[in-house]
Amino acid sequence: MNQMVYADNAATTALSRTAFEAMLPYLTTEYGNPSSVYSFGSNAKRAIQNSREKVASAIGALPEEIYFTSGGTESDNWAIKSASKLSQNNGKHIISTAIEHHAVLHTLDSLKEQGYEITSLGVDTYGQISLQEICSTIKNGTSLISIMAANNEVGTILPTVEIGAIARERGILFHTDAVQAVGHIPIDVCTMNIDMLSLAGHKFRGPKGIGALYINKSIKLPAIIHGGGQEHNLRSGTENVAGIVGLGAALDEACTNMKENMRKVSALRDRLISGVMKISRVKLTGDPANRLPGIASFIIEGIEGESMVMMLDQNGIYASSGSACSSGSQKASHVLLSMGLPSQLAHSSLRFSLNEDNSENDVDYILEKLPAIINRLREMSPL
Amino acid sequence: MFCESFSDKVIEHFMSPRNAGSMPDADGIGNGGDPSCGDSLTIYIKVKNNIISDISFLVFGCVAAIATSSMTTELVKGKPLEEALKLTDTDITEALGGLPENKLHCSVLGATALKNAIENYRSKTPWLQGENAQ
Repeated sequence: MNQMVYADNAATTALSRTAFEAMLPYLTTEYGNPSSVYSFGSNAKRAIQNSREKVASAIGALPEEIYFTSGGTESDNWAIKSASKLSQNNGKHIISTAIEHHAVLHTLDSLKEQGYEITSLGVDTYGQISLQEICSTIKNGTSLISIMAANNEVGTILPTVEIGAIARERGILFHTDAVQAVGHIPIDVCTMNIDMLSLAGHKFRGPKGIGALYINKSIKLPAIIHGGGQEHNLRSGTENVAGIVGLGAALDEACTNMKENMRKVSALRDRLISGVMKISRVKLTGDPANRLPGIASFIIEGIEGESMVMMLDQNGIYASSGSACSSGSQKASHVLLSMGLPSQLAHSSLRFSLNEDNSENDVDYILEKLPAIINRLREMSPL
Repeated sequence: MFCESFSDKVIEHFMSPRNAGSMPDADGIGNGGDPSCGDSLTIYIKVKNNIISDISFLVFGCVAAIATSSMTTELVKGKPLEEALKLTDTDITEALGGLPENKLHCSVLGATALKNAIENYRSKTPWLQGENAQ
């Protein structure tokens, strides 16, 4: 009988028990509308406020700077589209990186079509940007910098403190997609000089379909959804009360246990990395030092990523690959290609993402199964 | 990215591919695909009396590419070259019980590599082609 090992926590996580229990009343008995004036509605309203305070305290913000959204993608879209509109009098030049999530990349593509100039900074082999390059790229018309806090595919942590300082000094708005970072590594919007930050509940054991955007109170960002005036009139629509409560509870739990989780998860990650690196023709991808605690990502030479993922699946192990073989076929990961990997190797990526739900047994099970899977696929590979 | 539902036949051929491996003494070798695009297939054939007496493959590719390679070899092993040349990507897809739409191009890989292997064999043995041609 196969064990089941879920090692794809950068894709999504299992809902924490704490979050689940916090949500339950709002899925059952507490169904009042937070906008209603009677007491039944105000219970829900209080629950939302309570969650807003938890999120604010998790990232060093004020409660009134937290706006709930449907997730990371919406937060990224809102921040970038609205901030670019807000600051267009200062210019239409936006600086970002080549390794952003598609929620940022494709949003920027849409702005490009509207006449914005986008500078996409390249990265080195570790997936790191150059601060000097940011400085030299900034010009008179630069109105927004959007750079992720940590990369989802290779786990590289970017120098958010330094980027924030550069942006603040020059009076340029700074947005960060911190979806992979929040709840996993310390994030403080004040010391990092962040003006806008995107986060998503399901990346830290909260529910799916709920996220938040932090907007510094000095910024009057235009509304993303017009309607009944919820979320300080900026994001209308009756709130996803249970989702908001679950997100708050999960983030509170993640931050309370952050130190311990970081220690535990990075030890598991290192155990996995050192085990996998014993296999021949394997490379670690991403920054070996500045790395998210849970991400162990590799190039397994000679094998296409999807077939590895499928064979792991047949052994009860859930992992992912940046490679997607689909018609047109040129779908190697934009992150790995930006890091200078040749296309063929970029098709051979494998990512395990661990969290506090994983155990040493999980890692050992992966290390027990993976070498045979790699051997089998290599035996039939021409490369 | 990875939510395609594969037929049981595809999974079965992926997990237990037929005729996988190289063939040092092959009579014909043919390639399909390009590793930089994420899939590359090499088919090896041995030909006796104008019949594919043995066949094998090496593949770098996704689940569908591996299953396609395996099925291609199974479909033409023991078949006359003329018949093997008529194998189309649709035949391979059908034999696999279908492929998800975005994976259909993988079946082209099998038909292409096979055709190239047969052509490679024929180019090496031009003296046989006249008498065997029908």
